[in-house]
Amino acid sequence: MTDPLKRPPKKDPQKRTLVPTLPPFARSRKAIAFTAAAAEGRLALQVCAGCGHVTYPPREICPKCWSMELDWRDVADGGQLLTETLLRTSVNTYFRERMPWRIGTIKLDAGPTVLAHLHGDVPEHGRVRMIARTDKSGQGVLMALPDEETPNMADDRQLRTLTCDPKYRRALVTDGRTELGQCMAQALADAGATRIFVGIAEEWRPYPGSDELAAVPGVEIMPLDVTDTISVNELAAEMGDKADILINTAEYVRPGSTMERHGVTLARDEMEVNYFGLMRLIQAFGPGMRARGADGDNSACAWVNLMSVYALSNWPVYGTTSASQAAALSLSQCLRGEFAGSGVKVVNVLFGPLEESWRQPLPPPKVTPARLADTVVHALKEGIETVTLGPVAEDVVRRYKEDPFVLERELTQLQQGLRP
Amino acid sequence: MAKGTRNRSGYDGVVVAAPVSVPYERYSPEPAHWWLARAISALGAKSGLTPADVDGLCVSSFTLFPDTGPALTQHFGLTPRWLDHVPTGGASGVIALRRAARAVQAGDASIVACMAGDTNHVDSFRAMLTTFSRFSQDAAYPYGSGGPNGSFSLMTSNYMNAYGIEREDFGKLCVAQRDNALCFPHALMKTKLTLEQYMDARLIADPIVLYDCVMPCAGAEGYLVMREELASSRKLPYARILSTIERHNGFPDDPVQFRGGWALDKDEFWGLSGITPDEVDLLQTYDDYPVISVMQMEDLGFCDKGAARDFIRANTFTYDGTFPHNTSGGQLSVGQAGAAGGFLGMVEAIRQLVGEAGDNAVPDARYAVVSGFGIINFDRGLCSGAAALEGVRT
Repeated sequence: MTDPLKRPPKKDPQKRTLVPTLPPFARSRKAIAFTAAAAEGRLALQVCAGCGHVTYPPREICPKCWSMELDWRDVADGGQLLTETLLRTSVNTYFRERMPWRIGTIKLDAGPTVLAHLHGDVPEHGRVRMIARTDKSGQGVLMALPDEETPNMADDRQLRTLTCDPKYRRALVTDGRTELGQCMAQALADAGATRIFVGIAEEWRPYPGSDELAAVPGVEIMPLDVTDTISVNELAAEMGDKADILINTAEYVRPGSTMERHGVTLARDEMEVNYFGLMRLIQAFGPGMRARGADGDNSACAWVNLMSVYALSNWPVYGTTSASQAAALSLSQCLRGEFAGSGVKVVNVLFGPLEESWRQPLPPPKVTPARLADTVVHALKEGIETVTLGPVAEDVVRRYKEDPFVLERELTQLQQGLRP
Repeated sequence: MAKGTRNRSGYDGVVVAAPVSVPYERYSPEPAHWWLARAISALGAKSGLTPADVDGLCVSSFTLFPDTGPALTQHFGLTPRWLDHVPTGGASGVIALRRAARAVQAGDASIVACMAGDTNHVDSFRAMLTTFSRFSQDAAYPYGSGGPNGSFSLMTSNYMNAYGIEREDFGKLCVAQRDNALCFPHALMKTKLTLEQYMDARLIADPIVLYDCVMPCAGAEGYLVMREELASSRKLPYARILSTIERHNGFPDDPVQFRGGWALDKDEFWGLSGITPDEVDLLQTYDDYPVISVMQMEDLGFCDKGAARDFIRANTFTYDGTFPHNTSGGQLSVGQAGAAGGFLGMVEAIRQLVGEAGDNAVPDARYAVVSGFGIINFDRGLCSGAAALEGVRT
């Protein structure tokens, strides 16, 4: 049984903050495909199109039939622990700081034998459930979990290096005026976050749900306007060293394509929130989070960006908003590069039409703010970095993976349907 | 896969001579080139050969970067008509012998200098593990970076579970090797090891303890391959090559390695050698961990698979024991000088057979078997090989 995580003590400011060290990050190009699937929380291995053989480690050729068509496919996650060890020495500084470390050899139900991190509750020679996740270096790794849920399972110290569990962590939600922001605060409280800073622009202006928000355990209302550099910087100066998780709920959405607009005023507002707002937040909070990636049980661990799936490919019905979100997605990729080596994950959630006023005329299926909030917390608990939410988003992402140029044609062709 | 001797020809008329070991050092600021230079210099001094005489060169080294064999020919003043570079690590001593013997037999070369050497800077071992192989990089190193200790602890644990061998049995081999090493002046380990110390030793990766692990170091080893008449005319004591085998990726579908390629080839090995395991006077296994020595004893047929426990309990393994094994102390007590670790057993066997061993000489040693095992890729060792030698005393 896993010992339950204890609430981290107050930080001693005279002690040095641990510098993030990393597990090995070098990978072959083929192995990056494993990482990309792991970032989505998928266990994908190469499956031979010729003979069906499942192969691991990543190869260029099927060792059974020499076909070079090896497709990355999701495989069954069951397995059997064959042999294990407890490492007590390592040549790598990251692991050396975390000894002892349990690893094992697992025969996957899907075929191959793999080496994996081993959860403390897996019994000797027991059945396991495999997960693929990104580790502190941002690369995909395998971990074997107990076949069935065990008490405090998420608190296993090896598993916690792969996840961003909000338990006993402190989070900043950048906009609490919306139902989304309020649901997010509630979901974080439910997940055991100790302090939830919620940004509110122009506090003197009333907003629905304000009383309920203030009553959520751990919530602290903070002045924050992402379109105002001074406001963002002031908040970072006040609580930036406690931003273990940052969830950017601020968004500015308006229907309309370019020729339906006069001038750039609305587009500028979109960019102020969706793109420059994100940039201000990164500049103010990024350096502090990046330095706190190994700061104990409540280290900085995740930066969450919420974006419409049309960030991937423009949907002219919301044409200029799509453009601003594409800019935000691109900046988020830049942030991933800037956080590389810090141990802090960049979580991108791509969602389909949200149930809120500016998307009111769109037909179902839609995503409710509560569902989006729960999905974010689930992704944090699981350590997933790339999330697609809702049938519309799933459909767009599927087409995007198949061929982004075809998707572009599909989204921009003449069609019956909604006009703004 | 076919077993038996097929239509292989033997190594009639080809011999191995001039065993040299360059004394190891724990850490060295010198590059691998310096260690290999000492080896070829020692080969020259021992045999009376000059750079002009050596027309074949076979090298094994992990730390020679950015150079390989060709650069060494220029560096060492050689103009060979045959050159090879074997990257097979712990199997390189056997594999270099196989390559060189066939070259000499066919007349492609007259005298081949075989050598292996590596340096060990303070950080070289870690650096080598980081970039050892693509599969290890992608699928082994990210899991705790235990290096070979991690891989072999998994194998050892699995093996103990399957065959009921105990830590005491591994300990007996390690203690015997240390006793051998105390008679070998070049061994880095200079103090006696008791079974009690072994049993109480610090855990490295369960169930592997400190004394199951080799100590990385710098060093070099070498020998010469030539025709028998040439060795006789130069008055070099020599050993004949009776048989050799090699195999790579022997049992790819075994989920955890519990055997090596020797098991595929042992009938061919003994068939070609003309001797039986009972006639062997000494065995040199590749001993980066005792479980691997045990696999070699079984897979080469010195005992049945799974019977090593009883075999160990029924024998003694010092140079004067019932089954002389790793008579210089092996890598466990001499040190692991990178690729030279793959030559250590070969050079020691030749030394024993030509009567150059010191206080650890096996009395009247005539037949020796040398076994190699190399390149831990992802989860297992890929290269295996063995050679049977017969000493010719003049």
